[in-house]
Amino acid sequence: MPDVTGVTARPYPFSPPDRLNLDPLYAELRRVEPLTRVRLPFGEAAWLATRYADVRMVLGDARFSRAASVGRDEPRLTPRQIEGGILSMDPPEHTRLRRLVAKAFTARRVEQLRPRTRQIADELVDAMVTAGPPADLVEHFATPLPIQVICELLGVPFADRHLFHVWSEAIVSTTSLSPEQIHDYLDNLYGYIGELVQQRRREPTDDLICAMVRARDEHQDRFTEQEVVQLAAGLLAAGHETTVTQLPNFAYVLLTHPDQLAWLRAEPARLPTAIEELMRYVPLGVASAFARYATEDVEVGGVLVRAGEPVIGSLSSANRDETVFVDPDRLDLGRATNPHIGFGHGVHHCLGAQLARMELQVGIGTLVARLPELRIAVPESELTWKSGMIVRGLARMPVTW
Amino acid sequence: MSTGWRIEVDTDRCIGSGSCVGMAPAHFRMESGLAAPVSATVEENEAVIDAAESCPVEAIAVRDDDGTVIAPS
Repeated sequence: MPDVTGVTARPYPFSPPDRLNLDPLYAELRRVEPLTRVRLPFGEAAWLATRYADVRMVLGDARFSRAASVGRDEPRLTPRQIEGGILSMDPPEHTRLRRLVAKAFTARRVEQLRPRTRQIADELVDAMVTAGPPADLVEHFATPLPIQVICELLGVPFADRHLFHVWSEAIVSTTSLSPEQIHDYLDNLYGYIGELVQQRRREPTDDLICAMVRARDEHQDRFTEQEVVQLAAGLLAAGHETTVTQLPNFAYVLLTHPDQLAWLRAEPARLPTAIEELMRYVPLGVASAFARYATEDVEVGGVLVRAGEPVIGSLSSANRDETVFVDPDRLDLGRATNPHIGFGHGVHHCLGAQLARMELQVGIGTLVARLPELRIAVPESELTWKSGMIVRGLARMPVTW
Repeated sequence: MSTGWRIEVDTDRCIGSGSCVGMAPAHFRMESGLAAPVSATVEENEAVIDAAESCPVEAIAVRDDDGTVIAPS
């Protein structure tokens, strides 16, 4: 059906997720229709930008607003509308909350967590080796590693992971959970973090949640209790769901590109460059969302976007833009020029990007170094992929070595 | 009387996240994918402090006129 612009909007995502393969329509759109009308499963129709320069502009230019999404029927993959929070704010409101936690995620601070992350990764591999093959890389390695790191950083008891890991699915679920479950899980998650916050207030500790509580109590007018709880819950949930999913994705890509894996194995110093290429190459999201609303008329990709219209920037498509990346559909772990935007761009650039980089470097580095015979234990056709989520990833990854 | 602040971006460290340009568009811009100050000296203002404190790789330094680092803390 034609929408207000008189153009028929394509259903988006264009197709159900097919492993880690990007729909070829993105490449065609970049070539012939860089700004196109799309309709997501929920909310109003939107523009979709597919070229690198346009996506960066939409994410980075102050004429595009997340705050303006509040009160709109925002285009989205989930029935639930995000209510407030840091992702629905622009500067300076956004800056106020971001600064509350940004220090804990700088490259310098994250580097201090690397030895402990290595130790956790080594212990997980030790346990796999002791138990003997096969193992499920998702359950035995990729899930506990980021969860333990974010737990220690925030000050959340790792022993409670069976609770909050289940509840966190509410953040990444589209249809895997019912709307009622999503509502209940979020309630549980916020309730759980709310109790931790109260506990820290009574018995201060040396962790991020306690630092947030202290900041809140010292500047009562600056942060509300709900903001602190929602932000901490977001860090716990979004902070591990992503890396939990990307670790097996990266392992899968490496094990299915043996020449590239051999190149990496030959020189461990190549690891950071390789992780950047995997960030570019692997489209984590089933689709992009979090539309930015134009606050004035702006031309994007040769099309005039009117004030008040939402624009979505496709990170995965931008990362395959042939005008920026040579031979973009090829995995090239040594890629020299790689300004990918896998962590987004602009003020909402992933807060945990440096942490995720470190965890992915340590996780993949440990597997490559410790399990040189690592391979997928079942035929490719028997691998099960997650569905009903905003992220692409393996539900299980049986491996042997 | 202060003559204002100096801002520097360490382009070896900068990852081009675009965070500073979004937070303080009057003071930072992107140049070839990396951040650059619009002007090396600025009037004292909170937005450049925000940008320096929020930079994920601490690539921005704000100094006062005698060279003392004001941000990042």
